[in-house]
Amino acid sequence: MAQALNAALRDEMRADPTVHLLGEDVGTLGGVFRITDGLAAEFGADRCLDTPLAEAGILGTAVGMAMYGLRPVVEMQFDAFAYPAMEQLVSHVAKMRNRTAGKLALPITVRIPYGGGIGGVEHHSDSSEAYYASTPGLHVVTPATVADAYGLLRASIASDDPVIFLEPKRLYWSKAELDTTAATEPIGRAVLRRAGRSAVLITYGPSLPVCLEAAEAAKAEGWDLAVLDLRSLVPFDDATVAEVVRSVGRAVVVHESTGFGGVGAEIAARVTERCFHHLAAPVLRVTGFDIPYPPPMLEHHHLPGVDRILDAVAKLQWED
Amino acid sequence: MTVLDHRPTAPVPPWLPDATGPRTDPAPLLPDDAPYRVLGTPKLAEHDPELLRELYHRLVVGRRYNQQATTLTKQGRLAVYPSSTGQEACEVAAATVLREEDWLFPSYRDTLAVVGRGVDPLAALTLLRGNAHTGYDPVATRTAPLCTPLATQAPHAVGLAHAARLRGDRVVALAMLGDGGTSEGDFHEALNFAAVLNAPVVFLVQNNGYAISVPLTKQSAAPTLAHKAVGYGMPGRLVDGNDAVAVHQVLAEAVERARTGGGPTLVEALTYRLEAHTNADDATRYRVSEEVEAWREHDPVSLLERHLRAAGLLDDAAVARAAEDAEALAATMRAEFHAEPELDALSLFQHVYAEPTPQLREQAEQLAAELAAEAGA
Ligand SMILES: Cc1ncc(C[n+]2csc(CCOP(=O)(O)OP(=O)(O)O)c2C)c(N)n1
Repeated sequence: MAQALNAALRDEMRADPTVHLLGEDVGTLGGVFRITDGLAAEFGADRCLDTPLAEAGILGTAVGMAMYGLRPVVEMQFDAFAYPAMEQLVSHVAKMRNRTAGKLALPITVRIPYGGGIGGVEHHSDSSEAYYASTPGLHVVTPATVADAYGLLRASIASDDPVIFLEPKRLYWSKAELDTTAATEPIGRAVLRRAGRSAVLITYGPSLPVCLEAAEAAKAEGWDLAVLDLRSLVPFDDATVAEVVRSVGRAVVVHESTGFGGVGAEIAARVTERCFHHLAAPVLRVTGFDIPYPPPMLEHHHLPGVDRILDAVAKLQWED
Repeated sequence: MTVLDHRPTAPVPPWLPDATGPRTDPAPLLPDDAPYRVLGTPKLAEHDPELLRELYHRLVVGRRYNQQATTLTKQGRLAVYPSSTGQEACEVAAATVLREEDWLFPSYRDTLAVVGRGVDPLAALTLLRGNAHTGYDPVATRTAPLCTPLATQAPHAVGLAHAARLRGDRVVALAMLGDGGTSEGDFHEALNFAAVLNAPVVFLVQNNGYAISVPLTKQSAAPTLAHKAVGYGMPGRLVDGNDAVAVHQVLAEAVERARTGGGPTLVEALTYRLEAHTNADDATRYRVSEEVEAWREHDPVSLLERHLRAAGLLDDAAVARAAEDAEALAATMRAEFHAEPELDALSLFQHVYAEPTPQLREQAEQLAAELAAEAGA
């Protein structure tokens, strides 16, 4: 996946000279996850800029660059280090189009490696998607496949709206053949990764492989699980989600971020509002606990795994 | 034994900064010893009389604009107005030193500077009136929206100036801040970025003595705010913010320096806010009238008028013309604000994204239905 992201950046920079990267260590080093590897060498230090260590400064500078017609792609080094830039994000990036009645758009992509599962120490494993998703004016997308890493990142950079591009850290090393000419679904569309008739697991990003694994394991119980990959949290694909839930009648939302006030709560509410008469059971959530992200040696207790997902699916079966 | 005893005694590592490292002599960066002044000095004679009369005219019209806007708040026709009365010299100069292609990044108090850019005086007030966020086209006027979160516009100025330079355009960005705003992190990050990128930016700090109620002594322990430039590696200038000619000159020099590749400058203008923070604030709680009266003696409008008249550069006719134009503007403002603004509720859903999300479409339909029901009832 890391290489797919790198290819997406390179191809966008080749296609559009206004695309500029900036962030901490993105130049000579190529980023701590090497997502920008080789880009400074190919496009020069101006287009792949090593900045001072100041996230608000980085994003605020990107705002000004976008105001002058550039398409900045900002790398935040880790999820929890994006918080100093929160004010720029919420007060300016998200609102500029609206504040100026459409006169000033900010086509900024903010790439944020997020989530746990890689044994990172404190402040290196947060899932901050709920903060971003509840901020009007931002698109929030997260790829779970290699093809989406490439396709969604190119679409995000090409978007005239600001996009929070959440990169699931633990999928950086996932492998698949990448066909850069193959089209992926656009931003805002959910994709059914696995059809099934017993229940649907609604998920995104780092939890997709876990859900696919759970669906395999569920076969032993006689359950045939569908798995829906949201890909985009904002805009949210109500239509596809409702269609799948109606056809299956049972749904579990799975994400590793904390549950209270999380994206899963929003999805459960939306599904209930739209599909109440088609539901054979309440929509359940399987999420991380409502705790600060734990130390790496304990993180496996926090992250929803196959067993926790199957327990939830078992709970859905009571009415038969 | 303490941790300090474990300090390594190894030889000095090879990465210590060499001749290409940080500046070793901060002296060229240090601000002026005293606020730079032109009025009352022989330097006045070096300035173009046309420019001096223009500054005067703009000061007078600006003062009237401030007064009329404040009156409109009392009549409930303007929600709030942070007046720049007493600070007009800074406002006027910020606009007159910029070329059309340059960009201004104002804060909420800088309506006059925005108007000075050529923005329609009424369009500049939509934010404060409450009918729209930004009533003007920022791109067409090269004027960023009035910015409420303190100092957050400063990094925007840096980014824009940096982008312009990358594109080969000789464009300068001027960011305006208050003294309180210099305590915010964004101010410091912007200065540092500007210096590191050698961006063509000028930071103008209007030090009007107070951040709402908090005096400068509780805001900063630096000898002057202009000193803050030194640590970032850019020059700081200190200027009498009520001397319109001095502010104009110092800013013009900083803009020229930026335009010709010399990098950013921090300018501190010493001035005073003669009115309360906004119409909603009671300034008698935190400052004494002697202080206000002392600053009235140093009012930027009368100061300039006095010196220009003494130098034979301003006659009664010019003074009368300025007063007439000021009254005409005030009358236009009264007339315009007498009428209720046209509002479109469904515009709420416009311009959130390039294309509304399905969720926004649904909500727009809901509001449309509510409006239709109201209209039918
Ligand atoms: C980030 C932020 N914090 C707090 C405020 C509330 N606030 C509005 S004006 C102000 C004082 C600002 O003082 P100063 O920067 O000196 O500017 P002045 O009002 O004197 O022009 C404060 C605290 C704000 N607008 N933004």
